[in-house]
Amino acid sequence: MSDNDGQRFDRLPETDTERTVEGRASRKEVIDYFEDRFGIPPETFADYTFWEKGAGKIWIYAGEAPTPIEIEAIGMTCLRTRQEHWKPTTDFVQRFGQFATDCVIELEREQARAFAAGEDQDLEWWDGDWGYLIAAHELAGDLEPLGIGLYVHGELRSMVPKGRQRDI
Amino acid sequence: MEPFERYRPIIDDFDAFLAACERPLGNAARINTIKGSVERTLEALDEEGVAYEQADWNPRVVRLETDSPGSTWTSFHGLTHGQEEVSAVPPVVLDPQPGERVWDSCAAPGGKATQLAALMDDRGTVVANDNNLGRISALRFNAERLGATSLAVTNADARTYSLKRFPFDEFDRALVDAPCSCEGTIRKNPDALDNWNEGHISSVSGIQKGILRRAVQATREGGTVVYSTCTFAPEENEAVVQHALENEACRVVDFDLGLKHSSGLSEWDDETFDDSLERAARIYPHQNDTGGFFVAKLEVTAE
Ligand SMILES: C[S@@+](CC[C@H](N)C(=O)[O-])C[C@H]1O[C@@H](n2cnc3c(N)ncnc32)[C@H](O)[C@@H]1O
Repeated sequence: MSDNDGQRFDRLPETDTERTVEGRASRKEVIDYFEDRFGIPPETFADYTFWEKGAGKIWIYAGEAPTPIEIEAIGMTCLRTRQEHWKPTTDFVQRFGQFATDCVIELEREQARAFAAGEDQDLEWWDGDWGYLIAAHELAGDLEPLGIGLYVHGELRSMVPKGRQRDI
Repeated sequence: MEPFERYRPIIDDFDAFLAACERPLGNAARINTIKGSVERTLEALDEEGVAYEQADWNPRVVRLETDSPGSTWTSFHGLTHGQEEVSAVPPVVLDPQPGERVWDSCAAPGGKATQLAALMDDRGTVVANDNNLGRISALRFNAERLGATSLAVTNADARTYSLKRFPFDEFDRALVDAPCSCEGTIRKNPDALDNWNEGHISSVSGIQKGILRRAVQATREGGTVVYSTCTFAPEENEAVVQHALENEACRVVDFDLGLKHSSGLSEWDDETFDDSLERAARIYPHQNDTGGFFVAKLEVTAE
């Protein structure tokens, strides 16, 4: 097994058995994670490839590229692996979160506002799983994902990155 | 406005032009269909009480009546992206199709690159390039916010661009939204003319010529290249396209544009341009109450 090269994008191996780089997630593990945790159907990702650059940062891409490739960005970041609890990105959740059925916490307008501003809030009523949740709110007749939150001990912590936080 | 005097002979109703240049520009936004339909985004704007007016020529462009367009739900969700109305023209003229390979040679901060991705239903490959690393971080931020998964971002000089890193050796279409003297942005940046001088125009036109030539070379025969700037200077517009016509295998083609505009010039100062340059579009601020833009559409021909 070789080490991860942080300077370039490498396409994820299909499965565990094809892995050549230590600690690298496989495409199957990534898709399984999105299905197991959030109920996102695996078919959602049929036309996408997954890539790793930097230790554990996974990117999702719809275009053509050889592996490896040294460029600035390929599609968008979607997931942080190589840590005990994998963590989806807020931008990924806003793009693909509408396909999720599990671990989606629905917020009232004021709570959504606090979440978008990056604030943590006590939400004792949540009786689902702890850990990373998709926060969402009702917008124009549909549930619209806001971003990723971390739920522990009755508190929802907004994981919306600084540059994406807004006072609405 | 002094530098604009040189355009008096070519602009109809020059006084209206100058008056429009003095007026500040309102907020426009593009509806990002990667994240939601036009109908739904309009409904979200209604729900928030943000008044808007949809552009006649493009249902995906809205003029917003709010002082803080960045602090709306639609913006937070990436359903809208602040983008000047005329700046949404070049991608529409390029008309990329889902699944194609498209090059945006001067892409940062990404308004048009993400619009190209949206026009392609975010399927295919949009190679978004810029030579300025600082501006590339803004491009990446916008691409992620808008959920564009079909973008590959590169940092290189477009004039000598190599496709070696990709598994294909030509593009179906290319956009050259060139660095320019930005005269047409005067309504947004009142100091746009502060450093205006003909020397700058002539040096930037050299860069523009190099980028456009490379774009034609990198595009397949029968493919399309769109050249655009946000400036009025013919040295940066018709003269650049003329240079490509003389040195590369391409021709200027017609296109429909639902905005009022004037045709490209066939002469300027002592220089004459190919008649086909009249097929290009000059959009002046007083014609549609927007910023200014130049757009030319080229078809790549056999050698
Ligand atoms: C008019 S701006 C592009 C705006 C962009 N198309 C958009 O819609 O957001 C021109 C860009 O060209 C870039 N540029 C200047 N010279 C370049 C070169 N030689 N190669 C590639 N990019 C260049 C600048 O850094 C700048 O970001």
